[in-house]
Amino acid sequence: MSIPCSSSKISSRAPALRTPLYDLHRELGAHLGPFAGYEMPIRYPLGVLREHLHTRQAAGLFDVSHMGQLALRPRGADIDGLARALERLVPVDVLGLPEGRQRYGFFTNDRGGILDDLMIGRRSDHFLLVVNASRKSTDEDHLRAQLAQSCEVVPLRDRALLALQGPAAEEVLADLAPAVVEMRFMDLRDIRIAGVACVVARSGYTGEDGFEISVPSEAAETIARQLLKNPKATLAGLGARDSLRLEAGLCLYGADLDESTTPSQAALDWAIPKVRRVGGSRAGDFLGATTILTELTDRPRRLRVGLRPQDRTPVRAGVLLFADAVQGEPVGKVTSGGYGPTVSGPVAMGYVAAAHAALNTQLFADVRGRRVAIAVTALPFVPHRYKRR
Amino acid sequence: MLKYTPDHEWLRVDGDIATVGITHYAQEQLGDVVFVHLPVVGTRLEKGGVAAVVESVKAASEVYSPVSGEVVEANQALTVEPALVNTEPMGKGWFFKIRISVSAELDGLMDEAAYNAMRG
Repeated sequence: MSIPCSSSKISSRAPALRTPLYDLHRELGAHLGPFAGYEMPIRYPLGVLREHLHTRQAAGLFDVSHMGQLALRPRGADIDGLARALERLVPVDVLGLPEGRQRYGFFTNDRGGILDDLMIGRRSDHFLLVVNASRKSTDEDHLRAQLAQSCEVVPLRDRALLALQGPAAEEVLADLAPAVVEMRFMDLRDIRIAGVACVVARSGYTGEDGFEISVPSEAAETIARQLLKNPKATLAGLGARDSLRLEAGLCLYGADLDESTTPSQAALDWAIPKVRRVGGSRAGDFLGATTILTELTDRPRRLRVGLRPQDRTPVRAGVLLFADAVQGEPVGKVTSGGYGPTVSGPVAMGYVAAAHAALNTQLFADVRGRRVAIAVTALPFVPHRYKRR
Repeated sequence: MLKYTPDHEWLRVDGDIATVGITHYAQEQLGDVVFVHLPVVGTRLEKGGVAAVVESVKAASEVYSPVSGEVVEANQALTVEPALVNTEPMGKGWFFKIRISVSAELDGLMDEAAYNAMRG
């Protein structure tokens, strides 16, 4: 049989990068695999299924140190000036983002395509960005080319990133840092955890309540071990992270988003506020504005939708979608798909032509030459449970 | 007689019928199995051809037929409980039974000691 490429043996050409938690992963029996140039834990002995379910029921701890953490420091201490400059690159409200809050956004290109999606946080004297591991160098180049006048781009290479996710995340983290109970969804604060200065965001990539914790590399293992002392927390790998975000209907850059997908096609209109749309006080004036603003009013030619296979067959990324059970040209393509442990069945997302994007539209996925029924379904598959107040 | 392939399938031979499954090592590499696509009874398989597909949460993997022959039974228990592949890979987690058409093909397969040595 064909063994999937998530074994502990890595055969990539370039030497894989390691996170500060590498030794802990090895000690705890992780199956490591290559991801965006890093040797990352795909799963632990508990297994993807149980790691996923434990995260939804209690709390999962994920090492996401491969992600890019960037500080944008304004030249001349003009942080509002930097906010305005950054708004040229992301069609979101950066100027109106209060200190201590963060927001989801995306870098766009001049064709309206998405260069990367990211979190933008406002700190007292700088912006903190968290970008995808696979896009770190592209993003840094883009920021330096576009914002050279406004800011210094500082990659925070000496910091690890831990994600603690799930309904028990607050309780687990509050044992070490009681102040986190006062935080709500998308808050960003300086918090001391076990005596170490950390930057904590109440957000994540699972659809659950939770935190993303930026910690100095040298303290990462100590803090991870402290969190794991609580039996409600278990380590979870990138496998569970992927199935959790898929059930939550969240996009993965490189799969569901790329330079050819626009925000409206990706069903990310909600992230573009009124102030940046036609009629708003800071409308347009960002890369790709013509295309992006037009698509907000005129339906784009294709849309990202949720997809539910009608039998038990998982339908994976790359599978073509058809309107007919037997013949015809493809009307779409799956971009993420697999088994949803909480849904207890297969789930997928993909792009389909606008004419086939209505909810409950019956389509057919070509799985290994067999067409299986698949229905356009509302996202998310599992309701979000953020702590909004 | 228990034989193994380099691709981590096992087969238990009884007369001209072989029961086929994947090894403990293979299931461990796959992780949690959530779906198995089994061959239809009557299908004629070539040695090395795709006989079944096993899906874990992460990925789909093909299971190859260790010998040529005709499928005489598929383990329907796996459609109800695919996790049997994880819990009893060498027992209740078997995939299918095949009537061997070229018995000489068995000679090229490994015994348990050779398989374990190959895995290292």
